[in-house]
Amino acid sequence: MSTVVLLTVTGLGLAALYFLVASGLSLIFGLMGVLNFAHGAFLTIGAYGTWWAAENIPGAGATGWGFVYAVAFGVAVGTLVAAVVELTLIRPLYERHIEQVLVTVGLSLALVALVRAVWGADPRPFPRPELARGTTSLLGANVPNDRFLLIATAIVVLVAVLAFLRFTRFGLVIRAGVENRTMVTALGIDVRRAFTLVFAIGGAFAALAGALGGIYLGSISPGQGTSLLIFAFIVVVIGGMSSITGTAVAAVLVGLVQQFANYYAASGVGDLSVVLLLAVVLLTRPGGLTARLA
Amino acid sequence: MSERPPLLRLADVHVRLSGSHILQGVDLTVRRGGVTALLGRNGAGKTTTVKSVLGLVPSSGTIEFTGGDGRTHRLQGRRTHEVVRLGIGYAPEDREVFGGLTVAENLTLAERRDSAHHHDRVYDLFPELEQRSRQLAGTLSGGQQQMVAIARLLLNDNQLLLVDEPTKGLAPLLVAEVADVLARAAEEVTILLVEQNLTVVRRMATDAVVVDQGRVVWAGSAPELLADPDRTRELLGVAPSGGAHTGSERASSPTTEQHVRSRRSSAGEAGA
Amino acid sequence: MSRNPTRLAPLVVLVVLALLPYSTLQVPGLFDGVLNSPGTLQLIALCLVFGGVALSYDLLFGFTGLLSFGHALYFAAGTYVANLALTELGLGLGAALALTTVVGVVLPLLVGGVALRVSGIAFSMVTLATAQVGSIIVLQDPGGLTGGEEGLAVAREPVPDVFIGVFNTVNKYWLALAYLALVYLVVTLLTRSRAGRVWAAIRENERRVEVLGLKPYPFKLLAFVLAGLLATLGGVVHLLLLGGSTPRVTTTDFTLSLLVMVVLGGAGSRWGAVLGGVLYTYLDSRLTDLAQSPAVQDLPAWLRVPLSEPLFILGALFVVVVFFFPGGIAGLVARLRERRAGRRPGTTPPPDGTTVPGRAVEQLREAAGRGVGVGAGQPRDGV
Ligand SMILES: Nc1ncnc2c1ncn2[C@@H]1O[C@H](COP(=O)(O)OP(=O)(O)OP(=O)(O)O)[C@@H](O)[C@H]1O
Ligand SMILES: [Mg+2]
Repeated sequence: MSTVVLLTVTGLGLAALYFLVASGLSLIFGLMGVLNFAHGAFLTIGAYGTWWAAENIPGAGATGWGFVYAVAFGVAVGTLVAAVVELTLIRPLYERHIEQVLVTVGLSLALVALVRAVWGADPRPFPRPELARGTTSLLGANVPNDRFLLIATAIVVLVAVLAFLRFTRFGLVIRAGVENRTMVTALGIDVRRAFTLVFAIGGAFAALAGALGGIYLGSISPGQGTSLLIFAFIVVVIGGMSSITGTAVAAVLVGLVQQFANYYAASGVGDLSVVLLLAVVLLTRPGGLTARLA
Repeated sequence: MSERPPLLRLADVHVRLSGSHILQGVDLTVRRGGVTALLGRNGAGKTTTVKSVLGLVPSSGTIEFTGGDGRTHRLQGRRTHEVVRLGIGYAPEDREVFGGLTVAENLTLAERRDSAHHHDRVYDLFPELEQRSRQLAGTLSGGQQQMVAIARLLLNDNQLLLVDEPTKGLAPLLVAEVADVLARAAEEVTILLVEQNLTVVRRMATDAVVVDQGRVVWAGSAPELLADPDRTRELLGVAPSGGAHTGSERASSPTTEQHVRSRRSSAGEAGA
Repeated sequence: MSRNPTRLAPLVVLVVLALLPYSTLQVPGLFDGVLNSPGTLQLIALCLVFGGVALSYDLLFGFTGLLSFGHALYFAAGTYVANLALTELGLGLGAALALTTVVGVVLPLLVGGVALRVSGIAFSMVTLATAQVGSIIVLQDPGGLTGGEEGLAVAREPVPDVFIGVFNTVNKYWLALAYLALVYLVVTLLTRSRAGRVWAAIRENERRVEVLGLKPYPFKLLAFVLAGLLATLGGVVHLLLLGGSTPRVTTTDFTLSLLVMVVLGGAGSRWGAVLGGVLYTYLDSRLTDLAQSPAVQDLPAWLRVPLSEPLFILGALFVVVVFFFPGGIAGLVARLRERRAGRRPGTTPPPDGTTVPGRAVEQLREAAGRGVGVGAGQPRDGV
């Protein structure tokens, strides 16, 4: 029983990471039709930004509020990089989706290489704030606290995104744009501003995932973002490509399947089961879980 | 032939899409005031002409719009939202309301910064929309969706409305209602109307432009065109009937495409 | 038509490359040793292999418009399956090649059969995910078979002596050249065939191909399997060239680098893709050397640090190409040529049997109208 609890909470923690990365991807894909390969790089930048701030910025640190400032710095850098990428590299290629994807591919290679050039390829130990250090006893299992931190953050982000989409004008534009971008512009709305916004939001969430992933794994390395990205892509596709709730559900599904299969079968089987899950979902419901039935 | 000043002018407009040369030098002028009907058989290039004005398809040639301040703007090179903000409203051929948004959200989305918003006027014209304001637009009937599309059009103050087949697939009663609403709107704003239903055209059009195979083949007064059954038949493939009945005459031969279309629209109605 | 010199160009290049090992030319700056030194030949051979693999990817991406993110899988299958057949099963080279070829057909047939049921981005994702499976399996090292992160050296005994050791680099070089020539020939014949015309039409507008009464699915699957098979064979050559398999070729980054090669050289152009593959491999190798050279080590940090990472330079170069040179090197050359000829772009008459960009569907329809070739299916949209 305690194993099941531990696996479940850990799986949900992993799901939280996937959700943070995938939610931005799915917003970007839904609105702009761009599959953003640079998203993994945003994650890496957020992780290294947090780590760097904790060591170098006065007031920021590895514990307490200092760590919160460090995360805020990492997220700010990730957001900024994402917004600048959209404005300078994606926007000029408006509606040329293949080229846009190619540019993000080039960026993902270049940005990660840059991080590696500056800070080396080896993993760096990541700060572990006291909040994430201990364990909590839950139904007989000793669950590390960082899992709860991940899950709580993802839930807050999920609620915030849903509220943003529902109650703000930008949210309205994004929801409409996901459905029919062209008609939004034909109503006199500059949909490109929403593009920059979703890129920035996505960058912020990815950077946050980078910081949280650093806590969860205890260290960061330049290639981390890219390996998480692949599973985040799978989550996005299973979730129906452009639905936030669908992405959340898919993230939970993928996180749990991966944890349980890796534990009960063999290491690596979990990853394979996730791919299998993707194949099954796509073959039975080609539009993903949230595809509207015609 | 008319003294009214030009509002929209297309000269030698060409459109090429995925290898096909679709508009092959369209020349037409829409004058301020009144309704200009844009007619032609299926696939003649009417929708493409309208889209080229909005910059929804890339075009070459000249497209000019004279705003309320008397200044003439070249529309090409502007983004669609910039064209629209000059005061051009658009109701597309397939309505394209946002199915995942409520009726009220559809209208809120259409509010433009450059204009006052006339929710009262819109709900006055279509009381049904007010009752259904919280309903998802995707669950509306085809006719109700068309009301939303026209409501979006009339919400803002515009100089020109581009209305693409507003009566397509509607029951006769609704055709009359839509025609009423547009006729009332036409008292205040210029309309470029793509329409297959010649009764509707007869009812409100002041001018007419006929396109065929991507070229303008006739332009002049609408009553004059409809008064000449031979010419109408030659240009549109159907004779105008003199009667006042609605919704029966279609300005084209019953092609395969039309079969498909009417099936599609009836399926849309059945969904309500 | 035979007067057109560009038609003979591939043949001339082939002859020059085949004779290259007899040259003791020193090319300062480009290569460290003389041309026929083992180090230089090895590097050029590597470039030729990846030129061929890039062309196999171009068959998918450039010629058919299928954006696969999993092409690494087939290349990796080639090197690992052949390696295991030689090392574990103790097969001879011929038998190992036969077995690998079977895998090279069956694997893409299975993956493509599933992945092509969805289109667009979903297709890309399924290919990405299945390639990830390959990567996971190799890294997990099941039963100690794949060697995990360490990679897997090939057993020497089953490999013919002519492909073993530094002294035989020249044979491996010729093997690599033969592979490239084979891929080039196959792709040339394929793209000029009826299937090639359908592929071009699919890339342009899949819906309209359906309207013509053709089912795109089998044609796309054919492209997928052939491209996969050619990549698999490339994996075998790579194995012999390196004397082992490395897990680096299973990663997404490797697939992405194939994409970079093709786009760099010019998607949809045969020589462009080959040149892209050659150039990328060359730069990747030389930039690594350059990063360690004193010239770079003495630079100020803000220049030295980015220059120390070939992938940074290649990634940035790629973005520049996408932005300013759509069509890559091949596109650039075509534009320069047209400008010199004083023609407007796009008015050059196409060589025989080639499809005109933007008119592939029309040509297909015309061919159907003339009753040649395409009448495979009945129109399905009759009401
Ligand atoms: N994106 C496109 N790619 C290729 N051809 C197109 C495209 N859009 C339209 N066409 C073609 O251009 C021609 C004109 O289309 P358009 O929609 O303008 O006709 P229309 O006059 O509005 O017809 P209808 O009365 O049926 O609405 C048609 O033959 C159509 O098939
Ligand atoms: Mg139309």
